[in-house]
Amino acid sequence: MTPTIVLPVIIGGLYAAGVYLLLDRSLTRVLLGFLLLGNATNLLLLSAGGPPGLAPILGYAEPDEMSDPLPQALILTAIVITFGIAAFLLAIIYRSWRLVRQEVIEVDEEDRRVARRSDTDADDIDPDDLAPEDRPAMHADTFAADGDSDGDIERKLAARYAGIPSDDVDLPPTQGSRR
Amino acid sequence: MIRVLTPLPVLLPLLGAAAALLVGGRHPRVQRTLSVLVLAAVLAVSVALLLLADADGAAAVSVGGWPVPLGIVLVVDRLSALMLVVAATVALGVLVFAVGQGAADGDEETPISIFHPTFLVLIAGVANAFLAGDLFNLYVGFEILLTASYVLLTLGGSAPRIRAGITYIVVSLLSSLLFLAAIGLVYAATGTVNMAQLAGRLAELPDGTQLLLQSMLLIAFCIKAAVFPLSAWLPDSYPTAPAPVTAVFAGLLTKVGVYAVIRTQTLLFPGGALDQVLMWAALATMVVGILGAVAQTDIRRILSFTLVSHIGYMVFGIALASSAGLAGAIFYVVHHIAIQTTLFLVAGLVERQGGSTGVDRLGGLATASPLLAILYFVPAMNLAGIPPFSGFIGKLGLLEAGVADGGWLPLVLVAGGALTSLLTLLAISRVWSRAFWRPPAQSPADDTSEAAAADAGPDLSPGPEPTPGQQQEAAGEPEPAVTAGDGRADARRAAWERHTAVATATSPVTDGLGEEAERERPLRPLPRVMVGSTAVMVAVTVGLTALAGPLYGVAQRAADDLLDRTPYVSTVFGGEEVP
Repeated sequence: MTPTIVLPVIIGGLYAAGVYLLLDRSLTRVLLGFLLLGNATNLLLLSAGGPPGLAPILGYAEPDEMSDPLPQALILTAIVITFGIAAFLLAIIYRSWRLVRQEVIEVDEEDRRVARRSDTDADDIDPDDLAPEDRPAMHADTFAADGDSDGDIERKLAARYAGIPSDDVDLPPTQGSRR
Repeated sequence: MIRVLTPLPVLLPLLGAAAALLVGGRHPRVQRTLSVLVLAAVLAVSVALLLLADADGAAAVSVGGWPVPLGIVLVVDRLSALMLVVAATVALGVLVFAVGQGAADGDEETPISIFHPTFLVLIAGVANAFLAGDLFNLYVGFEILLTASYVLLTLGGSAPRIRAGITYIVVSLLSSLLFLAAIGLVYAATGTVNMAQLAGRLAELPDGTQLLLQSMLLIAFCIKAAVFPLSAWLPDSYPTAPAPVTAVFAGLLTKVGVYAVIRTQTLLFPGGALDQVLMWAALATMVVGILGAVAQTDIRRILSFTLVSHIGYMVFGIALASSAGLAGAIFYVVHHIAIQTTLFLVAGLVERQGGSTGVDRLGGLATASPLLAILYFVPAMNLAGIPPFSGFIGKLGLLEAGVADGGWLPLVLVAGGALTSLLTLLAISRVWSRAFWRPPAQSPADDTSEAAAADAGPDLSPGPEPTPGQQQEAAGEPEPAVTAGDGRADARRAAWERHTAVATATSPVTDGLGEEAERERPLRPLPRVMVGSTAVMVAVTVGLTALAGPLYGVAQRAADDLLDRTPYVSTVFGGEEVP
C-alpha cells in the first residue's frame, strides 16, 4: 500500500498553526490554538491505525478488511476530554474578561517585584515600604475594600482599563506605567 | 482478594464524588462526612493493597473481563501500592484541614459544594494514574486529575487565581497533548499501548525511534513533575490557591509525574539512553530551584521553589538506574509527599495567625503561638535533611547511591545535592528567624490600618478613612500620601517615614504603653480541626522517620522489582506467553 501524503501535511499544518496561536497573549487565540492542536493529535492517532478499511463491525466486514478500531476508541476519548476542557477554558476566559475587562494574560506582579529588586537586600524589603503599585499581586485585595458589590468593581475596572481594546496583543499596562 | 480491592481506589472516590455532588448545597454536613469517610475507606484499601502486594507480589485486574492486551488493565505492584498509601494519607489529612477551614470561615471563601466532589475526583485521577497498566489509561488518569486541579486552582475565580490558573492550564494542556501524540506514535510503531506488552516490543525498534518515543514521553512527564527547564509554571501558579488546595497539589501532582518517569525509565526504556540528560536536568533542578527559594520573601513561594528543587533528588535517583538509586528515589518520593503537604498546611495556619505569608510582614509568631512554631519547625528541619529525620535518611540513601556509582557526573550531583540541602536549610531557617523568632515589635505588621488604606490603591479608593490607629499615629508622622494623583516617590517616602516611625518608636511617650497594647494583633484562636489535622500530618512525617526501616525495605524491594521487570510483565499476562 502506498502511504498517503495528505494526512501528514494536514497534521503538520494544524500543529504549526496551533503552536502559533498558543503562543499568543490573547486567551481566545490560545483556546483556538488548543483546539487545532487537539485535532492535529487526533488525526495523528487516526493515522497511527494503519491503512484504511471497512468499519470494524462484526457481520458487516470480515476481520481482515476492517480498519483498526483501537485508535478510533482512543480518538473518541480524546475528543470528549478536549471538549470538556474547551468548555472550561471558555468559562475561564469569560471570567477573566469580567474581572479585568481584557482577556490577555497579565504580567505577574510578584515576578516584576523580584526582578526589580537587584539593588536591595532581599531581606530588607517590606511590602509596606513599597508604593502600592509595586506590591505583590496577592499582598492584599487588589481591587477594592470589602463590601463593594460586583457592579462597583466592574465600573472601577472599566475605568482603569479604559481605552484598551480587549484583544490587545501588546503587553498589558501595569499600574506602574499608567499615570 | 487483592483483585477485588484493586479497582476500589479509583471507584470509591468517583462514586463518592457523585454522591457528594448530589447531597451538596442542602446538606453540607452530610457531604463533609461522606467525603471524609470515602477517603478513609480509600486509605484502608490502599494499606491492605500494600500489605498484600508486599507479601504476595503484584496483581493485575482486567477491567470488564476483556482479554489482556486488548482491555484496560489495572496493575498494583509494590511501587503503585506504596504511592497509593501515601497519596490517600495526605489526601485525608488535607480534606480534614479543609473541612476545618470551611467551618471556621463560614464557607464563604470556597464554594464548599464544589470543593468536596472535585477533591474526590482529583484523588480518583491520582489513583488511576498509579494503577494504570496501559499508556492510554495513564493519560486518562492524568486528565482526570488535571481537570479536577483546574477547578480547584481557580476556586472562587478571583483575579490572581484566574491569572495563575491560566498559566497552569495552558502548560498542562501542552504536556497532555505531547503525551497523547507520543501515545499515537508508540501505537504506530508497536501496535499496542499495554505497558507490559510494550516492555517487550519497544526493545525491537530501531534505536532512533526508541529515542524519539522516550524523549517525547519524558518531556511530557517532566513538565508535570516540574523538572528544571520545564518547571517555571509551578512557583507561578501554586501559591495563589487556597491553602489546602496548594498543599494537596504540592504533595501529589508533581509526584504523579515522577511516578510516570520512573515507569518510563524502568519498564518501557530500560536501556538508559537518556540517563546523562536526566542527571544534568536533576542538577539544574536542584540548584536553580533552591536559589529561587533563597530569593523569595513569601512563605508559600519559598515552599513552591523548594518543591521544585527537591524534585531534582528524585530525578537523580532515577537517573542513577541502580537498585540503590531507585530505592532512594522511591523513599524520597514518599517522604517528600508527606513533608511538602504538611509544610503548605502550616503555611495556611501561619497566614491565618499572622494575616500574611510575607516573611517581612510576620514576626513574633513563636511567642504568639508556640504550638504553630513547633508545627513549622519539625517538618522544616525534616525538609532540610537534619538527622535523624526521614529527609536525612532519604538524602543519605541517594547520596550513597551516587557515590557508589563511581562516575564523575554522579559525584558532581552528590555535591550539588549537599549544597541544595544546605541552601534549603538557609531558606527555611530565614523564615523561622524572621516570622517566628524575631520579636513582634520589629515587625511592621501593626500598622495594618494604614497599609490597608494604601493597599486599596490610589485610584480605587476615595481616600483613607481615618481609623483610630491612624489618628493616634498621626502625631508622629506626616499624613500618608495615598490620595489620588500622588507620584510613586511620594508614596515611597511616606511609606519609609511610616516604617522608621514604627521601627524607632517615635510615638509620644505617654502613649507608649497603650500603643504597645494596641499593636498586639487581636489573635484569633486557630480553629482546632485545622491545627489538629496539621498536627497529625506532622506526626505522620515524624512517623516516617520511626518507620524508616520497614519503609526503606519496601522501597528497596519495589526498586528490585522495577529493575527486574519480569514480575510486572508476567503478572499482567498471568504467566502466559507474551504475544
